[in-house]
Amino acid sequence: MSEPLVVVGNGMAAARLVDELAKVALGRYAIAVIGDEPRLAYNRVLLSSVLAGETQSHDIELKPATWWRDRGVTLKYGCLATEIDVGRRELKIANEESVSFSRLVLATGSMPLWLNLPGADLVGVHTFRDTRDVDLLLTLAAQKKRVVVVGGGLLGLEAAYGLAKAGAPVTLVHLMDRLMERQLDAPAADLLKSLVEPKGIKVLLNANTARIHGDTRVEGVELTDGRKLDADAVIFAAGIRPNIALAKEAGIAVNRGIVVDDHMQTAAPDIFALGECAEHRGICYGLVEPAYEQARVLARHLAGETAVYGGSVVATNLKVSGVSVFSAGDFIGADGSETIMLKDIRRGTYRKLVISEGRLTGAVLVGDVGDALWYLELIRTREPVASIRSGMMFGRSFAVRQEAA
Amino acid sequence: MTAIDPALRATRTTCAYCGVGCGVLATPDGNGGAAISGDTEHPANFGRLCSKGSALGETLGLEGRLLHPMIRCSNGVMERVAWTDALDHVAHRFHHIIARDGPGAVAFYLSGQLLTEDYYVANKLMKGFIGSANVDTNSRLCMSSSVAGHKRAFGADTVPGCYEDLDEADLLVLTGSNAAWCHPVLFQRMLVNKQRRGARIVVIDPRRTDTAGDADLFLGLKPGTDTALFSGLLVYLADNGALDRDYIERYTAGFEDAMARARSIAGSTAATALATGLAEKDVAAFFQMFANTPRVVTLYSQGVNQSAQGTDKVNAILNCHLATGRIGKPGASPFSLTGQPNAMGGREVGGLANQLAAHMNFTPPDIDRVRRFWKAPRIATHEGLKAVQMFEAIARGEIKALWVMGTNPAVSLPDADAARAALGKLELFVVSENVRSNDTVNSGVHVLLPAQAWGEKSGTVTNSERRISRQRAFLTPPGETKPDWWIVGEVAKRLGFGAAFNFNSAADVFREHAALSAFENGGSRDFDVGALSSLSDEAFDAMAPVQWPIRAGEAPRPRLFADGRFFSNDHKARFIAPEVPVLRTETTAARPLRLNTGRIRDQWHTMTRTGASPRLGQHLPEPFVEIHPDDALKSGVTDDSFARITTDYGQCILKVVVSERQQRGMLFAPIHWSEETASDARVGALVAPFTDPYSGQPENKATPASIVPYEYVFRGFALSRALLALPPQIWWTRVSVSGGHGYLLANNADLAGWQSWLHAAAGDDLAEYKDVGGGVYRAASFSNDRIETCLFVGPARDAGDWNVVKSLFAAEALSNDQRRTLLSGRSMDGLASAGPVVCACFGVGRTTICDAIAAGAGTAAEIGARLKAGTNCGSCIPELKRLIAQAPVPGADSDQRQLATASN
Repeated sequence: MSEPLVVVGNGMAAARLVDELAKVALGRYAIAVIGDEPRLAYNRVLLSSVLAGETQSHDIELKPATWWRDRGVTLKYGCLATEIDVGRRELKIANEESVSFSRLVLATGSMPLWLNLPGADLVGVHTFRDTRDVDLLLTLAAQKKRVVVVGGGLLGLEAAYGLAKAGAPVTLVHLMDRLMERQLDAPAADLLKSLVEPKGIKVLLNANTARIHGDTRVEGVELTDGRKLDADAVIFAAGIRPNIALAKEAGIAVNRGIVVDDHMQTAAPDIFALGECAEHRGICYGLVEPAYEQARVLARHLAGETAVYGGSVVATNLKVSGVSVFSAGDFIGADGSETIMLKDIRRGTYRKLVISEGRLTGAVLVGDVGDALWYLELIRTREPVASIRSGMMFGRSFAVRQEAA
Repeated sequence: MTAIDPALRATRTTCAYCGVGCGVLATPDGNGGAAISGDTEHPANFGRLCSKGSALGETLGLEGRLLHPMIRCSNGVMERVAWTDALDHVAHRFHHIIARDGPGAVAFYLSGQLLTEDYYVANKLMKGFIGSANVDTNSRLCMSSSVAGHKRAFGADTVPGCYEDLDEADLLVLTGSNAAWCHPVLFQRMLVNKQRRGARIVVIDPRRTDTAGDADLFLGLKPGTDTALFSGLLVYLADNGALDRDYIERYTAGFEDAMARARSIAGSTAATALATGLAEKDVAAFFQMFANTPRVVTLYSQGVNQSAQGTDKVNAILNCHLATGRIGKPGASPFSLTGQPNAMGGREVGGLANQLAAHMNFTPPDIDRVRRFWKAPRIATHEGLKAVQMFEAIARGEIKALWVMGTNPAVSLPDADAARAALGKLELFVVSENVRSNDTVNSGVHVLLPAQAWGEKSGTVTNSERRISRQRAFLTPPGETKPDWWIVGEVAKRLGFGAAFNFNSAADVFREHAALSAFENGGSRDFDVGALSSLSDEAFDAMAPVQWPIRAGEAPRPRLFADGRFFSNDHKARFIAPEVPVLRTETTAARPLRLNTGRIRDQWHTMTRTGASPRLGQHLPEPFVEIHPDDALKSGVTDDSFARITTDYGQCILKVVVSERQQRGMLFAPIHWSEETASDARVGALVAPFTDPYSGQPENKATPASIVPYEYVFRGFALSRALLALPPQIWWTRVSVSGGHGYLLANNADLAGWQSWLHAAAGDDLAEYKDVGGGVYRAASFSNDRIETCLFVGPARDAGDWNVVKSLFAAEALSNDQRRTLLSGRSMDGLASAGPVVCACFGVGRTTICDAIAAGAGTAAEIGARLKAGTNCGSCIPELKRLIAQAPVPGADSDQRQLATASN
């Protein structure tokens, strides 16, 4: 008799967990996946591609319905889990019967921050998180609405790029002096800015949003320095907040996220969490790769194998607004470290490698991200790089040949 | 390649470089360039050209050319003026100085690169009409010892043999000649003789040069001991019955004295070996070879001439040939190899301060004869100052006006820094030049006169075998450039000598020159080209290469003196008793080595012409000093490092080449670099200004010197379309490269200095690589996709690969991939490119993915299964699908490839 395993959340982490479980413990669990979004799990990373018209919405589904069916998964999408009864091992679902579990996995993801600004409640203020948001934004773009995107991180850039590509005049306002400051150093961010601006995105830095103007609908945005921007819509993309309400109400220990140990187990027995909702060793990851690593560990653990998650070396490795960007480790370069830099603005390339005590400790790449994974591997393995230093900027094959020469 | 309009015909002319005087076919391309090939009909080369001659086409560009007259204005700036103003100014200033201080206060310094006609007019003006013999020429540095030696022995400056002797000799003795590099076409001719007829080659040189590579016997003698070797040879010939007693008896004088002196210098083979530092068996082998081979040609060049005893060395050689009667006979003669295209022509007109004109001297009958011919009552009556002494007189303020034509004495004279400083003291300093800038021009010139260059000017030159050839124009003279004979003539007219300078063409000048050579000659003077004195303009244009003498009514003579008729008063040759060989300087503890100087294969003189050729810049791009491994060890210098060479006269910093080819105790440094082409390589500034008492030729090959290592932290190179103004305190050398200028660099400043310098020098489209900790800075600026300027600096040997970057610099446009890898400074050949990254998560490139699709992966999932691409975040899956959709249909694939092949 299979144990009932319930997964709350039907996003990328959940799908990967099921996939991993099917590999290592097929048949051991009767899996149920409960998700509030009314569709099959999809690749959230590709939402901006959908927004940009580069991909069709149905193309971003992670797995077809048959895939879930073949693995015996009970899939309940469009269902909101409302309460966990830890003692009775039951999950309550709105408008549905409760389901029992022997193990419960929380993969509830995160929610966009809704900024607490005057006018934040006006019609025309949106976020960018799921399929429904994409549909709304596409409508705005189709109507050539003037959109202000608040937030110059990854999410804001993706929203701005998609909107611009879909035809909307877009202004991106960012509080900091550079884009993606958590992933990029100043030259990389400058280059990124210069690469996204020609795509139709007006970028305002050091721009602190003071209020949103309008009677009932958004009419404009005012910055703290007094600048006023005409706008028909505002997109908040200034960060995310782990979705912890369910756990918190169940009395499971939470901090910023749901606190988990190295087996992804929460403070409650047989209840686990992974992905953006989880907080491991004080860190809430907002990227897909740590979620996938966590899924692999958790699947093994649930299969009875020994598996430990030691945290992820955070690497950003993606296309932002059509521009390839990679950063990992100490990408700024702490005191006592050395940097090697390659910059070719017209080619749209910037590369910085940070070396400390003879080892690669950080890297930023913009534009040309070939060899990103090699750098990540060097950072992770802490392999000495003295012998390849002169060639490592130009890629693995070049550096290895140099070393041999 | 340059497309040649078939309508443009090839012009027969002669090479601009050495004294071999090769015939050249130049076919203009209609755009200021020309295709160059050897003239198969020219008897000097029969179609062969050396590396320098072959690259003449690369030296015709107008970059850096002086195109109009310029005068230094009161604010110190050189400004363009009209020809009439420039000529008026020169004439006025000369007139003023001559009137005030006398004719001895003015001087001309001429060049073996002037044409005979230019030389003739300049010599006529100074000696005939200004009345001073202060006309000297850079030939003074080149072969004046040969001139003096010839005159002492033969009574005239006569080269007795001809090039055919090199084909017919059974023994070729090269002494003080690196003919393989300096006279390559003749050397190849000697090698053909060696291969076909088995002629043997002996090379005598303190350096084991490339010429020695083909030698049957190499004699690496101590510097300055040639006289001992040839004295020993004379003794050996006498003691072994190899003398031509009859010839000596009938046609020569002074044999006994010379013989006695030879015995005192090197009375035996053993004594010769001791005096020269050679192994006795090698000396003996040479002596036997010489004694037993009737057909022997002894060729000598700067190693003999450039010596404070150069004239004696020449006579020691001539003594051996006279004593065996091996002179002017097929395959048997002494042979002076001249270094410049028209050194011989200069000698013919009297371009040296100790000649008058047309091989006449400052003897009363000659002076009277030339005075009458020229109708020149004020003709100079005694010798003028020879080059080194001329510049010393300038430094002392005795000579106040100097006109330099077509040469670069601030580089080439010994103690060149002093010579350069002397130029700054002149009251009037006029330079006729092709280039706007060189070390001489930049030494405070007052008037710059734009002369026509090779390819533009027309006239005659004479090569080492007395063969007069036409140099013909095949290019339109650019700007306001003029022939040198015209420029001098115009100044002469303004000085009031118009009647004697009424020349309308080079042919006019040549006819007068030829007439003077025949004037009251009657066979008494060797130089007679009277048969050419009435050539029509057309005949002059069409003149085929011809050897002098060509007396009216007689055939030209390829060889002289076999008949024993010389040009002394008694028609006998003179044996000369040379002084005991000793160098003018001694080494000391502070200057333990001797500096030898010379040429390299692919450069010529001060590089104002060869330096323009990228091809020629490839061979030895950096100024260097060669040193024996033992001396290197002692002085702590290593191969490919830098060293500072110091003499009592100056300093240089040169790249070190450690080589067994160099003799212990000797350094060798090439002479070609100047302040125009290198920061610290004015080798002339190192050379002691001691001269030969007869010829006035300086001892360029034995200056006491010291060498110490010189460290540079950074080395590198730069390439640029335009000339660069480098930051101060840099060791640099400039070399022409395809598409622009290359700079090899070294310094001890910090990288930040390079970066800020480059930012100022380069444009906005800049790519940079910086590793401050690793000491590396590389950057390239682009215009469109072409490199405009690039700089590679790094520690010692990590600057980058000069050849790789140079080839990318030569390209009109870089591909994206080439630009991506340019700043690695290394070749990416053999490294497969994965193409631009599609799957960021797994770093999978487009090329790799397309290969997988071509190999059958038809869906994103199949690509993922093979390459992992798209299996992590999945954001590349749309692109994967596009690539699948775009992939060529398998059937159509081959057609496309064929099309691609066809369009290549």
